[in-house]
Amino acid sequence: MTILVIAEHDGKAVAPATLNTVAAAAKIGGDVHVLVAGQGVGALAEAAAKIAGVAKVLVADNAAYAHQLPENVAPLVAELGKGYSHILAAATSNGKNILPRVAAQLDVDQISEIISVESADTFKRPIYAGNAIATVQSNAAVKVITVRATGFDPVAAEGGSASVEAVGAAHDAGISSFVGEELAKSDRPELTAAKIVVSGGRGMQNGDNFKHLYALADKLGAAVGASRAAVDAGFVPNDMQVGQTGKIVAPQLYIAVGISGAIQHLAGMKDSKVIVAINKDEEAPIFQVADYGLVADLFEAIPEFEKLV
Amino acid sequence: MKVLVAVKRVVDYNVKVRVKADNSGVDLANVKMSMNPFCEIAVEEAVRLKEKGVATEIVVVSVGPSTAQEQLRTALALGADRAILVESAEDLTSLAVAKLLKAVVDKEQPQLVILGKQAIDSDNNQTGQMLAALSGYGQGTFASKVEISGDSVAVTREVDGGAQTVSLKLPAIVTTDLRLNEPRYASLPNIMKAKKKPLEVLTPDALGVSTASTNKTLKVEAPAARSAGIKVKSVAELVEKLKNEAKVI
Repeated sequence: MTILVIAEHDGKAVAPATLNTVAAAAKIGGDVHVLVAGQGVGALAEAAAKIAGVAKVLVADNAAYAHQLPENVAPLVAELGKGYSHILAAATSNGKNILPRVAAQLDVDQISEIISVESADTFKRPIYAGNAIATVQSNAAVKVITVRATGFDPVAAEGGSASVEAVGAAHDAGISSFVGEELAKSDRPELTAAKIVVSGGRGMQNGDNFKHLYALADKLGAAVGASRAAVDAGFVPNDMQVGQTGKIVAPQLYIAVGISGAIQHLAGMKDSKVIVAINKDEEAPIFQVADYGLVADLFEAIPEFEKLV
Repeated sequence: MKVLVAVKRVVDYNVKVRVKADNSGVDLANVKMSMNPFCEIAVEEAVRLKEKGVATEIVVVSVGPSTAQEQLRTALALGADRAILVESAEDLTSLAVAKLLKAVVDKEQPQLVILGKQAIDSDNNQTGQMLAALSGYGQGTFASKVEISGDSVAVTREVDGGAQTVSLKLPAIVTTDLRLNEPRYASLPNIMKAKKKPLEVLTPDALGVSTASTNKTLKVEAPAARSAGIKVKSVAELVEKLKNEAKVI
């Protein structure tokens, strides 16, 4: 059994979600190979070769794979993947974009966003926004799977010494092209990788009030997130959204401020180790999942919190 | 330009679902069913393209039980011109649905196919990408903006770090994200008119598509419940607990 893991990267660094995906592959068992597809990714491949438990790194370095357009990358993965028992990718926007296209090309069903490995062919995954957990078995020759990073503790980024092998195949479907991107800039840690997350909801009242959360987050070294309600109200951009329709996080500490606790939000953060809820409505459902609840006006509580840490 | 929109009948997003006692699935008896919210956004986008004069005809298709005709009628009331139901009482996988949609695409030859990015029941997020693969078309997934110009479409996509724009040759597949638009409600006169719009019913057999699956759901369980903790009285007490009890700051 040999497993192919598609490396998640932005062209500059291998993303932490790759380490969680390799951890899922290790649970399945067998040799783990990592594919790095992109343009000018030689250094990335060297970094991927150091990931603990990886036996081989395949590098597909070609202009066609820049920006990882699925029309070009999926045929590459499908071609390479035929020789593997499993193909895994992180359930990031990239993984979700590419992998179903691979599965269809291989004529197999995909299993999306697994949170545990029961055996080499059986996996658990959340359905209905996390309100039910399905156990799914695959009899496909090549099992195509996306991995929810928070379900698996990452393997070490250093310590491995995999061989690196170039892959020649260039697939350019010629039907899509990259136009541009607008990436949010932030000095704070990335939401899905942060040890502490401070999130604001509709109770923040407007975008300007998020400055209180930023101040607290900077004291704690935390990332700042938001509920869908805060995003839909236009307080903050969508890439800050935590929830079933946004990012799934599982930090050591999650501080929910002015968030009522809609099911769709809980689905994105309920695996956090410690949850704190600060809300002036003591009936808010968020208190049902919080380890520590504080019924208070957030505009008084947050500045005080910031002073005390 | 002809636009094809795929919609799915799912449990209404306001319903709190319960797992069946025998762990065979989720209890859907006497539960309110609706059009998947991401599919509503897909219908709305197609209707706006028609209002702008870009789309000339909107065909809406659903794969599902005969009761999915309700959701097709809703789409017709929102502005679709005609509907196709590929009727199947089975619980189909995303790949099977994509194969059936591919057969409809072959028949209808649309320039643009719009789908929701995922259904809120199975949460697969696969069908659009699979349809794109089977058709050999480009895909603009998780779209927050769609602009047609000539024989291509520019799609701005919601990605983890922000937004990305790609250009796709038509025909192409687009899957919708939440901020693409805000769907309208159907007016009563339009609901009445929708009853007279054509609705064709097909079967997987008639389309010559096998819906065999490589996946099998063994059981469905309720998630592990998280128990409520304690209420603290002050910020000072909260900080003390986080430092000394939970040891997380």
